[in-house]
Amino acid sequence: MELHSAGEDAMMLYLGEETSPEVSARVQAAVSALEEALGDDLVDLVPSYASLLIIYDPMTTDHLSVAHRVKQALAFLRSVSASEGRSVVLPVYYAPEAGEDLENLAARAGLSTDDVIALHSGEEYRVYAIGFAPGFAYLGQVDERIAAPRLATPRQKVPRGAVAIADRQTAVYPAVSPGGWNLIGRCPVRMFDPDARPTMPVTVGDRVRFEPISRDRFLAMGGEL
Amino acid sequence: MSLKVIQPGILSLLQDSGRRGQHRIGLTNGGPLDREAFDYCNRLLENPAGSTALEVSFGGVHLQAQVDTFICVTGANLPLRTNGETRPLWEVLPVAAGEDIQLDFAENGCRAYLGVAGGFTIPPSFGSSATVVREHMGGLDGDKLHAGDELPCPTVNKRRRLYLPRERHPHYSHEITVRVIPGYQQHHFSRLQQRRFFSHGYTVSDRCDRMGYRLEGPAIECDIEGILSEGICSGAIQIPADGQPIVLLNDRQTIGGYPKIGSAISLDTARLSQLTPGGTVHFAPISPHGAHNALHLASSFARRQPLMERRP
Repeated sequence: MELHSAGEDAMMLYLGEETSPEVSARVQAAVSALEEALGDDLVDLVPSYASLLIIYDPMTTDHLSVAHRVKQALAFLRSVSASEGRSVVLPVYYAPEAGEDLENLAARAGLSTDDVIALHSGEEYRVYAIGFAPGFAYLGQVDERIAAPRLATPRQKVPRGAVAIADRQTAVYPAVSPGGWNLIGRCPVRMFDPDARPTMPVTVGDRVRFEPISRDRFLAMGGEL
Repeated sequence: MSLKVIQPGILSLLQDSGRRGQHRIGLTNGGPLDREAFDYCNRLLENPAGSTALEVSFGGVHLQAQVDTFICVTGANLPLRTNGETRPLWEVLPVAAGEDIQLDFAENGCRAYLGVAGGFTIPPSFGSSATVVREHMGGLDGDKLHAGDELPCPTVNKRRRLYLPRERHPHYSHEITVRVIPGYQQHHFSRLQQRRFFSHGYTVSDRCDRMGYRLEGPAIECDIEGILSEGICSGAIQIPADGQPIVLLNDRQTIGGYPKIGSAISLDTARLSQLTPGGTVHFAPISPHGAHNALHLASSFARRQPLMERRP
């Protein structure tokens, strides 16, 4: 574990060095422990793959007090068992018309598009982080065979619901936005709805599976092409 | 009851003190880029701290009051006129229904805050009225002002005509020093690179907005291209592969994978956000203790600033 001052109102806690469910579980456990330890001095926590950014109110506390309380809280962490997260299934219509890069990605990997779909939907992913845009959940890790680098030129407009791969990460775009990930399909479930509670179907630490669905089912669920 | 938008200006956004505690669903902060000027605006109007005001970037705004109230403009030195008459900034001014309020283009600085007595009444989304256009969040339908918009505000018949004496107005210079808490990733930057960063001036590029200010100057080399994506605090200074620093501000992405050389303190990012392309930035290191101290001293100093009252 490493703890550093990150800014005038933030400290960075590292809980590992690699992307793994174990490190992510430690991050999750730290989230609950620090919420309790820091109480009203805590403004926000930003969990990610192997780190936790702790944002505190610099008008009510300082980095020394925060550091002290974080270390104390984490000393007890060893005995805390990590939450397994909820299991969430997201339907995906995989097809070239719904994922413009599906055929390219398959060709580069030397696989058929059916193989790509089977590999992508055959894995259980963990939500490692949420960020980039409201509701954008970083899921990992995709099978090495279908890992693909970001596009050299990002698209100006990626549609809402686009299911995409970058390196060994995968995600569903929660809204229309620019983006450089490889698009392989489309999910009809809204990943971020400001009027819904909860606003997102997943949270950091959850486990996600993608379930292939037909074009008709996709449209029936409100998906748009 | 409102102020009606005749001309929206280049970028005018309703802002309160910003969205707090929502990074976990990926929402950024928003809020005023120049917190000092924003706070003075509400304090002069005797509004609760953090009341919704209009952040006017660059100027070019024309509003028409549909209500009797009081306004106050702080921040960048934009020529202000009500009913065609030149009016002072940093002062509470009465406006009557039908009067025009015009803010021309900034001579010095580029962000001004126009507040009304009682604040603009904007329903909060996720606890805040702060407009973040990229997220379609806050303000009026999550967007910047457009001609024809109405900015709701109450009728107010009585307010003290408070003003901040001229010698107390902040000075918005074209050349500033930004204090930086050296980052926890500084081991990825050699001593030579750190010295380069702290000893050269950097120029504000034309890629500067509410997400971040991209600067141009001697490239800073880093021994890694990226890190595992992690949370980014306000003021963080990213060094992408081209070595040109980006100081991240209120509308930044909440997580990212570029290495960071340090983090600028908020007192100085407020000044940075007043710079336009071509402005010069020097960086100076400060310890976390020093930064905490500076923040509290500034807050205590601002609270003790005497406001004067103009008697008719």
